[in-house]
Amino acid sequence: MRSAALIAIFLVACANQQTTPLYEALGGDAKIRAFVDDFADTVHSNPRIASFFVDSDMQRFRDMLAGFICEISGGPCQYQGDAMPSVHLGLGINDAHFNALVGDLIDAMEAHDVPTGAQNRLLAILAPMHLDIVDP
Amino acid sequence: MRVTVILGLLGKKHYTSLMLSLQKTAKTLWPLLFFLCGVASAEAPSRLLATGGASQVEGQAGGGIVPWAVLAGYGSTDEFSATAFYTRISLKDFDLDAYGVAASFGNRWELSLARHRFDLNGLSPVQSTLKQNVAGLKYRVSGDLIYHRAPQIAVGLQYKDHQNFALPDALGADRDNDVEAYVSASKLWLAGFAGRNVFANGSVRYGRSNQLGLLGFGGDLGSRRELLLEGSAGVFVNRHLALGLEYRQQPDNLSTARQDNWFTAFIGYFPNKRLSVVAAYADLGAIATLENQTGAYLSVEYSH
Repeated sequence: MRSAALIAIFLVACANQQTTPLYEALGGDAKIRAFVDDFADTVHSNPRIASFFVDSDMQRFRDMLAGFICEISGGPCQYQGDAMPSVHLGLGINDAHFNALVGDLIDAMEAHDVPTGAQNRLLAILAPMHLDIVDP
Repeated sequence: MRVTVILGLLGKKHYTSLMLSLQKTAKTLWPLLFFLCGVASAEAPSRLLATGGASQVEGQAGGGIVPWAVLAGYGSTDEFSATAFYTRISLKDFDLDAYGVAASFGNRWELSLARHRFDLNGLSPVQSTLKQNVAGLKYRVSGDLIYHRAPQIAVGLQYKDHQNFALPDALGADRDNDVEAYVSASKLWLAGFAGRNVFANGSVRYGRSNQLGLLGFGGDLGSRRELLLEGSAGVFVNRHLALGLEYRQQPDNLSTARQDNWFTAFIGYFPNKRLSVVAAYADLGAIATLENQTGAYLSVEYSH
């Protein structure tokens, strides 16, 4: 029971980032662009998913994704791209592809020292898109 | 540092015995650890870090004492993954060694084999160790641990076969082998609390094993299987470090050897997708007539 109390205390102690708006917690426009750039490079060379990006305009991919993350994190942007389901419709994306993509995104955020809490909050917004992106 | 602080708060008496147990246990595990680090080379399957859990004591993917709905290793669609583990639980009067392997196929099926060696440390005139083998099968019925709103659900079987039954027989156990079934639901909430990922698992087991089956199955107080509740909850401090608690209800079938419910508080460390280490404080209650069996739990898993 003492250990339960201890864990509770620890949890309260690290309850700090929830109040900061996510866009700022992520590090704003510069930081988002930086990790999106790295992410774009990684997915383009990741053998598990590179085939999906062979014919992609990667500069457009970077701009669209940075704008998308800016908007969903509450930043001063409006995403200009197409809706997520239509972008990924019928591509045959499975769980392994989706996991590889999410893994690359986490690695990119880690490489740019995005705080753990901000990473988790962004992933929490992105995770439900699994339903739209992965083919059943 | 954090480990020391937590152990310290468990109390001085527990702390001292726990540190002794950990030292004893670490001696056994270090060579294995170095071996596993050396083997880690090829690219790991694609599921996210720590989503395979650890190896629970019966050899299936889970926490320490509870099987979870997750599958061993990191395999996703069309991917194969395998794990090997070694666990040691050093209690006040007994030591348990558990080791085994598990394989998962397409994040759908899991097969596992494990072996238990329970050292009675000279306390029984009948025999010095108790041994049993466990074969496990798990099937993911539905869901995804992270991406879906509903939890991931799995069903599983454990077949246990006792190898030297003299002491359990003398204590009045009914059988020396048995099959148990369970259903588990596991869920991870991204940024579930204060930006940290929170996880929980609940399992319902249909079984009658006395101390995992090491003291046989069934007895004079109950020979039929019953429903038993098991639960786990915890939080990831960061992607590599998890803190959690586990609980496992136990049957009480032997009038000669009362059995308590099990409880652990654990720290899981996932440096990469190859290696995980779980250290825990274990309170397993009365075992084979000896009360208050508390101690240290240490488990190492290699994943491929």
